[in-house]
Amino acid sequence: MWNRRKEEEPAPKPTSVPPTVSEPAKEGIPMSTQPTRPLETRTEPVRGGVAILGKSVILKGQIYGREDVTIDGEVEGTVELQEHRLTVGPTGKVVATIKAREIVVLGTVQGNIETREKIEIRKDAKVVGDIRTARIVIEDGAYFKGGIDIVRAEAPKPAAVPAAAPKPQPVGSTGPQSPAAAASAGDAKR
Amino acid sequence: MAILDFAGASQATVSFITNYGHRLYSDDFVRQLDRVFGSAPAGANDAEFFENQANPALVSDFFELALNFDDASFDGALVWDSLQFLSSPLLQTVVAKLHKMLRPGASLMALFHTDERIENIATYAYRIHDKRTIQMVSRSHRKPAQIFNNRNLEKLFQDFQSVKFFLTRDRLREVIVRR
Repeated sequence: MWNRRKEEEPAPKPTSVPPTVSEPAKEGIPMSTQPTRPLETRTEPVRGGVAILGKSVILKGQIYGREDVTIDGEVEGTVELQEHRLTVGPTGKVVATIKAREIVVLGTVQGNIETREKIEIRKDAKVVGDIRTARIVIEDGAYFKGGIDIVRAEAPKPAAVPAAAPKPQPVGSTGPQSPAAAASAGDAKR
Repeated sequence: MAILDFAGASQATVSFITNYGHRLYSDDFVRQLDRVFGSAPAGANDAEFFENQANPALVSDFFELALNFDDASFDGALVWDSLQFLSSPLLQTVVAKLHKMLRPGASLMALFHTDERIENIATYAYRIHDKRTIQMVSRSHRKPAQIFNNRNLEKLFQDFQSVKFFLTRDRLREVIVRR
């Protein structure tokens, strides 16, 4: 028994090791539930920060989030995750206007969708609504009914097009402003 | 430009159209027909399918589901082979609606089988890969409402400015009409 106790005693020590940056000890399970996390590090811990609405959850109203969200249940209303990814799981049913950085649909979505980067409509997914996005991926077997507007993203362009169009660069330093410019840039790409 | 595609969404067509900077509206017209008028793809309920097309309530549902667009919404329409599965009264109404949905000068492309002996014709999902390549993905066989000859087609599209016919492979007649 004595021996066992001694073995158990050192065990707490490792738990005090993980908080490397003099943070209070934490259990290491949910990262995003700590509201007091410093804002600067918010972009990095995104990987672990996924909120999941389970299969049996039915939500009516507005979802606004600063972390990735997976919906396996039913949502009706609006979903806004400007800088993050929304995943609608195979059992997910969403009747909502959606805004997100990136959306992956494996279930059903009805409503208009706006993504800054891309939307993936996977096999067996069903999407009804207008889509405004920079990129779209539609797998065989997916059903889509609606309009598609491709809006070229401003950020990746400087890296991809500098040789082709060096002059237009100075137009906007941080510009999510110019829909017309984006459209004309799309033409120029051809 | 705004393009209407009735073949159902595919990555190839979406990329092809949107790479030109056009807006694409996509729907699977034949699927909507089946959904409203209740056809079995194998053709078992063909009679019922065509009978239902005369049902005003179902026709109204169909228009709400598949053709609920404002006038002059599109600069082009890819109708593919879907018009062949509409029986006569509904066919005229749909073509009249398409006429309204297109802007003056817009074009519409449709395909019709030419072989009058065939009972059931193959239906396809059409995917545009590039200017010269359209992939036809087989879906099912089904009975057409009627087989069209040039005269039928001229009459069908009489409200349009011009009608052009092209004979293609696989006993298909391609029709391009201009609003």
